[in-house]
Amino acid sequence: MESILLLILFPLFTGTILLFVKNDSLRKIIVRLAALILIAVSLLTTVRYFNDGLTLALHREWINYGMVVIESILAIVIIALSIKHKKHLPILLILIQTSLINWYEFTHSHEVEIKADIVIDRFTLIMVLITGVIGSLICVYALNYMKDYHHHHQEVKDRRPFFFFLLFAFLSAMFGIVLSNNLLWMYFFWEITTLCSFLLIGYTQEETAVKNAFKALIMNLLGGFGFAAGIIYLGYAVGTQELNQLPVLAQSGIDLLIPAVLLAIAGVSKSAQMPFSSWLLGAMVAPTPSSALLHSSTMVKAGVYLLIRIAPILGFNVAGILVMMVGGITFLLASLMAITQSDGKKVLAYSTISNLGLIVACAGIGSYESIWAGMLLIIFHAIAKSLMFLSVGTVEHNMGSRDIEDMHGLIIKLPEMALMMTIGIAGMFLAPFGMLVSKWAALKAFIDSDNILIVMILVFGSAATLFYWTKWLGKLVAVLNKIERIPSKLTFDEWIALGTHAVLTVVICFAFPLIGNQFIEPYLNAQFAVQMDAVISDGNIKIMSMMLGMILLIPLGLLGFVALKEDRIVTSYMGGVNQGDNRYFTDALGNRKKMYLSNWYMEKYFSETRLNTIGIITTSAVIVVIFFMALGGVL
Amino acid sequence: MTGSTLSVLLYIFVGPIVGGLISGLDRKITARMQGRYGPPLLQPFYDVFKLLSKESIAVNGIQNFFIFCFLIFVVFTGSLFFMGGDILLVIFALTLASIFMVLGAYCANSPYSSIGAMRELLQMMAYEPMVLLTAIGFYVVTKSFNITEIMGFNVPLVLYLPGIFLGFAYILTMKLRKSPFDLSMSHHAHQEVVKGITTEFSGSTLAMIEIAHWYENLFLMGFIFLFFVWKMPGSWLVGLGACIIMYFIEIVLDNASARVKWQLAFSSAWIVAAALGFTNLLILFLMK
Repeated sequence: MESILLLILFPLFTGTILLFVKNDSLRKIIVRLAALILIAVSLLTTVRYFNDGLTLALHREWINYGMVVIESILAIVIIALSIKHKKHLPILLILIQTSLINWYEFTHSHEVEIKADIVIDRFTLIMVLITGVIGSLICVYALNYMKDYHHHHQEVKDRRPFFFFLLFAFLSAMFGIVLSNNLLWMYFFWEITTLCSFLLIGYTQEETAVKNAFKALIMNLLGGFGFAAGIIYLGYAVGTQELNQLPVLAQSGIDLLIPAVLLAIAGVSKSAQMPFSSWLLGAMVAPTPSSALLHSSTMVKAGVYLLIRIAPILGFNVAGILVMMVGGITFLLASLMAITQSDGKKVLAYSTISNLGLIVACAGIGSYESIWAGMLLIIFHAIAKSLMFLSVGTVEHNMGSRDIEDMHGLIIKLPEMALMMTIGIAGMFLAPFGMLVSKWAALKAFIDSDNILIVMILVFGSAATLFYWTKWLGKLVAVLNKIERIPSKLTFDEWIALGTHAVLTVVICFAFPLIGNQFIEPYLNAQFAVQMDAVISDGNIKIMSMMLGMILLIPLGLLGFVALKEDRIVTSYMGGVNQGDNRYFTDALGNRKKMYLSNWYMEKYFSETRLNTIGIITTSAVIVVIFFMALGGVL
Repeated sequence: MTGSTLSVLLYIFVGPIVGGLISGLDRKITARMQGRYGPPLLQPFYDVFKLLSKESIAVNGIQNFFIFCFLIFVVFTGSLFFMGGDILLVIFALTLASIFMVLGAYCANSPYSSIGAMRELLQMMAYEPMVLLTAIGFYVVTKSFNITEIMGFNVPLVLYLPGIFLGFAYILTMKLRKSPFDLSMSHHAHQEVVKGITTEFSGSTLAMIEIAHWYENLFLMGFIFLFFVWKMPGSWLVGLGACIIMYFIEIVLDNASARVKWQLAFSSAWIVAAALGFTNLLILFLMK
């Protein structure tokens, strides 16, 4: 109980203190200390509740009323900001849902019996660990990043105390989401993450930042509306507002189609699926640590967390089809669009959208195997994606650009960052690293669900994934002339954050069988009341470990290779005459020209605007059609 | 010693000899089709030995290391295949191996090797869906990804998977680096991007690339073999026959066609995979 209070209140408390800390070194001490404590508390919580879990009912009226009060304050904040920036839609949305949920709270919610406000099971613990460890590391990383950021961006008002307050408040809310079983509580924390992300995206207060912040707000409020409507329907028609009761009720034959569709809409908007995906792309304008936080351990993960929780009531009904199709289409189109991008952060954004699409599709299929794959994807993606964002941020600060084309030859320019990114990219798609293991499991699950369309989507999407990651990797390893080396300015905090991420990315690949049978399978066995065979067999795990071992030997092998090499080094073949430094050549007219090697972006094939339009139309059509089918089934 | 260990050892030690002989035969037949007498059957071995004895020249100190990794992982992939392992794992390991070669070309950082690398990567994206669909087809019919179990099915798999077989045959040309799909590198001297992906490699490193291709070609033909073999003893002869015919067709195609543009290579491979793969799988699911 104490540790739960600590998880939710301690980050908030730290954030509130940071709100009043203007001094750099003091902030540094507080954030480092808080990060350590938060990681320790997450680990202790895991140990404490690993065996028995926890089911807790508080029955405290004042908590609910407190939440109503805070929600109303949040609504007022949003309304005030909307008025200030002359936006009307958010006002309408927030008014509707806050009054709906408050009305429900006062009129009906105390008639609904709550057996558990808080439930901790192994899935909760996975999420607690991700939020606690990755989230804290990102906060530590942000210390120096934000200092540098304001050094480079004099035009942006330095509001760092507020920024760190938001980061920590975000972590509080995320812990709240994953710990709550009472849907009203979850909704409360859900709305807080919406507000926090809105404020984080708008941090710089520049025109695009404000525009994109409101875009994110509107999309997430739409999802929040779905959430609120789902809760109210459940409360009135089914008489429950507990997350863990939904699969039980579904098994006893109660029709949960409409709440399933409503909660699914909340989940897909939060996890930035099409047609809502544009908010996450817009979120790029925020400083990198907040992008890392939104993309890896919090925000978008809240969406897929909810979807995987309700996955047992999806499966073979139209709600399941909705989630599966939206996830599948998003996965394919986002990976194709990532090919056309050269802005590092934008590629990462599309890759997040696409990977979350895969997780969402897994939830939509709702079988044992597919949820197994989905949960593993959540873990691997959180770590590798956070590593990639932090690396891109550091590279940007050292080179002044985050364009992948400018990362050409990073292995010479900033060797340590090239190594970090290589680990991150390998972790995102390459055998035997984590994401591939989960994709493999997902592929099996999709075939076993006999859904041929989603199988086709997966094989084509994977091919595109391979393409855009490898061409990025290729840019990193190009060996340039030594004079292009850049002095690196990595600080202690950045090293800690990046190093821990990199080590975790690798270690988790060895540890995934352990995660499978200690965390995921116990959860699934309880959900499905069956024991299943291992999704990936022992023999294959051994072979994968062997491959991983071989790959880990590569840096060593490379050192030996460089030490023993007897190559005669010559200049490269350039067609024109190489001027001797592999950087310039003499062209046909005798002029000195700089060589520039570009990757392929294939815009003609995978045009962003066209694919985006296709995606928005198809996914909106799926959602609208299925929504009315679900309604029609009741009327 | 178990059967699978034996076949892995055979693959590792005898594999390159067989692969080299196939390559020699390929050149001989090609020459005859063009009205030439052609090199001796053992010419590929002479070439490789000569390459091995040459001075090692490179643009930088690490590019050759990637090719070394490429060779190691190709042998690893082939060993997985011939020990009868999981076919999806074979595909993933092959992807990893190919990525090492692409990275080697990127690493050399010259215009021609970079274009070669981009084209190679494009080809990988082009054939990857069909290769995965082939494994999926095997699984849907035999209920297993395990190569030993796939080979023990009641009837030849090609009967259930004609569409997928044709699709695989289509992209096989790409994997064997034959015309019309020899975009990133070709064995002939008429490559418009100099020597494509191998431009900056020479001596023993080029020999490693050659040997890796001998290894690679063997288990690629192994995929064809899987379509035609079933549990009847002696059916391996049918499989072998199919491989020979298939390889001969590839040689004819290589000599009879001009290289296409990458646009066509890419889009046609995806269209073929989508059309044939989807139709074949759809029919299989409906038959269930």
